[in-house]
Amino acid sequence: MQTAELIRQHLIDPEICIRCNTCEETCPIDAITHDSRNYVVKPEICNNCNDCVAPCPTGAIDSWRSIAKPYSTAEQFAWDSLPAAAEDAGNEDRPGDIPEEVARFAAAASQAQGGTAPPPWSAAHPYVGLYSLARPAIATCAGNFRLTAADAGSDIRHIVLDFGTTAFPVLEGQSLAVIVALAGGQHVRMYSIASPRNGERPGYNNVSLTVKRVTEDRDGKPVRGIASNFLCDLKKGDQLSVAGPFGSTFLMPNHPGANLIMICTGTGSAPMRAMTERRRRRLALKEGGELMLFFGARTPGELPYFGPLMKLPVDLIDVQLAFSRVSGKAKEYVQDRMRACGGKAARLLADENTYVYLCGHKQMEQGVEAAFAEICGVDWNAMKERMRSAGRYHVETY
Amino acid sequence: MSGINYSEKIPNNVDLASNRTLQRALEHWQPNYLKWWADMGPDKSTSFDVYLRTAVSVDPKGWAHYDYVRMPDYRWGIFLAPAEAGRQVNFGAHKGDTAWQEVPGEYRSTLRRIIVTQGDTEPASVEQQRHLGLTCPSLYDLRNIFQVNVEEGRHLWAMVYLLHAHFGKDGREEGEALLARRSGDADNPRILTAFNEKTPDWLSFFMFTFITDRDGKFQLAALAESGFDPLSRTCRFMLTEEAHHLFVGESGVARIIERTCELMAQHRTDDVAKLRGLGVIDLPTLQRYLNFHFSVTSDLYGSEVSSNAASFYTNGLKGRFQETTIGDDHRLESAQYPVMEVIGERIVTRNVGAVTALNERLRDDWTHDLENAIERWNRIPEKHGIGFRFKLPHKGFHRRIGVFAEHHVSPDGKVLAEAEWTHRHQQWLPSAEDRAFVQSLMGRVTEPGKFANWIAPPRQGINKQPVNFEYVRFG
Repeated sequence: MQTAELIRQHLIDPEICIRCNTCEETCPIDAITHDSRNYVVKPEICNNCNDCVAPCPTGAIDSWRSIAKPYSTAEQFAWDSLPAAAEDAGNEDRPGDIPEEVARFAAAASQAQGGTAPPPWSAAHPYVGLYSLARPAIATCAGNFRLTAADAGSDIRHIVLDFGTTAFPVLEGQSLAVIVALAGGQHVRMYSIASPRNGERPGYNNVSLTVKRVTEDRDGKPVRGIASNFLCDLKKGDQLSVAGPFGSTFLMPNHPGANLIMICTGTGSAPMRAMTERRRRRLALKEGGELMLFFGARTPGELPYFGPLMKLPVDLIDVQLAFSRVSGKAKEYVQDRMRACGGKAARLLADENTYVYLCGHKQMEQGVEAAFAEICGVDWNAMKERMRSAGRYHVETY
Repeated sequence: MSGINYSEKIPNNVDLASNRTLQRALEHWQPNYLKWWADMGPDKSTSFDVYLRTAVSVDPKGWAHYDYVRMPDYRWGIFLAPAEAGRQVNFGAHKGDTAWQEVPGEYRSTLRRIIVTQGDTEPASVEQQRHLGLTCPSLYDLRNIFQVNVEEGRHLWAMVYLLHAHFGKDGREEGEALLARRSGDADNPRILTAFNEKTPDWLSFFMFTFITDRDGKFQLAALAESGFDPLSRTCRFMLTEEAHHLFVGESGVARIIERTCELMAQHRTDDVAKLRGLGVIDLPTLQRYLNFHFSVTSDLYGSEVSSNAASFYTNGLKGRFQETTIGDDHRLESAQYPVMEVIGERIVTRNVGAVTALNERLRDDWTHDLENAIERWNRIPEKHGIGFRFKLPHKGFHRRIGVFAEHHVSPDGKVLAEAEWTHRHQQWLPSAEDRAFVQSLMGRVTEPGKFANWIAPPRQGINKQPVNFEYVRFG
């Protein structure tokens, strides 16, 4: 899951600040200045190193706003209070709270499921918001591998982040926010975690992400994605700031016999990989339950994890791939694969131990819903509503 | 070296272990300090777990480590701000010389006196405030006063370190004397008058931290400019801690104003008796407390014209506030500075040599800082549509030291005859009745998230904790 562009500006709350000069004295790069009225942060200089935050006696320095264009120092000098609450990014830096924008993106991403969904009843309890944008965890890049074929048009990467001795407990389906420091603010994007709860490498304190290097926008115009390029260019040993974990509903059931129907495209495969890997590692426990994956891409070369997917045992998962740009073959989308497997899908849907996960581009929603409506044989909207309110239908699209 | 070694008996970032003599001397002083804390520290508080900030290193990242601590177990220690490479004496006759790492022999007694006078204020304020925990208006405020107290204690450590490290036997004796004097004691009082006054209630405490700790800020800032580098580095680190005390004072009074204004707006009244009946402190009483604390603290700066101040400066021992940012020759050989004096019934201003007027200049810098803060207070009644404005009294008002000591001056700067002063001064200073009323409000509120009726809750908690956080746990 990725989100829209965000610039986070560091500000000082003039109603709380006592003008003690500690921040100006502390700042290693002289990004803080004052006049007779206010202390302010120069947006063009501040690099969000946060050195000023701990010594501030009042907490006034720990103020942040999400905005399109940073407030100039001249604007800040004139303030008696911070800009109105409508623009307020909220208390995103309070540990345990979910940043307002994370909540907003999560709401937008799960819109298609028809309302807030509870997690599956047997889901493990997630940790949420242990690290905030203002107080992030520091992760180290432990690996960065290209998943797509060398000649494929898209560069999708498997990136492993190690947290060392910092606790960053995750569940399959959760996401994290990658923070890129920019002059005058922060750039934040959310990514679903692609590894299971006990680590990309079992027993290690690491997670993996599936990241597509963004080089053009949805209309095909060239644009350089800030966070995706930052991540795709990471080298082993590079450090980065991470907030999270986030997400408390798009989680997998843990009870034996639970079935999963997973539908995804592109990097939407990340949570599906995490859940599948979780089940693969527990295969020997013979807990039962079926996995069914519908996975769409333009070509096999552009399908992340194509190789590993092909090696998964058939008694673990039924993998159904749909390719829309293979020369000499008719275009096939995930909804077409779903219809082709309609009988099995219908049987699973009717089982109350079946949980559905949908993750990928927004465009896929409509087709998938239409396919479900055909397959289920009953009133799909009513069925979807029942499944959603039982924590059995989860959507994350962008 | 910025890390603090907490495994040592005395946490420090001055490599204390390498100087065994000094280490032993301080380890000998430490139990006496703890005994002083047990005798004169916050009353009946030893079993409380307090959510305190402790520095785990002096660099910005390690500055604020928050956790529950029993105050006698607080890790008092010796922390100097990082050394500045190539630092010079930046003012006075020695300007341009390399800053001193050892005390120059000729300034030994002067520097010792400066350090002892500063050091004496630190335990004094702990003593003045020691009973206030029994009448705290909230757990949040209780935690804040304890934080102030442990940091004043640490400031004493900072000064005693300098005395032990640089002043030999004399310094060690001064270290003991700092623990022996008592605020308000008839036989062995603290050095400065303001530090022998009582801090009988929380309004006085907030005014004290707002006004008198701000004197501390300006004194420390002037000493942070010192050519004696260990003093400079010590004071720079202390300034960061001092800022918290100013915050407690400024926000404490602001919250009292907020609460009073709330009820004034709600009941559409500025009637003092009615407001007191509602259990809040009327704004004129707050103004009288402000007048009192401002005038008493003004005296701490000393005489307007002072040859001591001049020699401290010329000798490179004590600079001006933000000395290095001032654009002049930093020697003050010919510069002038205006000071006031009383001629008959008139107060006039005359220019004197700036180097002799450094007390006055520091007092003016402090006053200016206060005026700005009071303007921020004034936004509160303004926000509620109330016309009242707080204002500092004239600098000649109610003074005991300097050119105004022999005169009576009204808050608006008129020289008054004895009779008129006697007749009117109760309008301007807290009366026994005012103090009794404020005292009558002092209860003890210790339920998390609850606040005494006379003070509004803070806008936010400490270290981003909620306001109803359990800031103090009673053992």
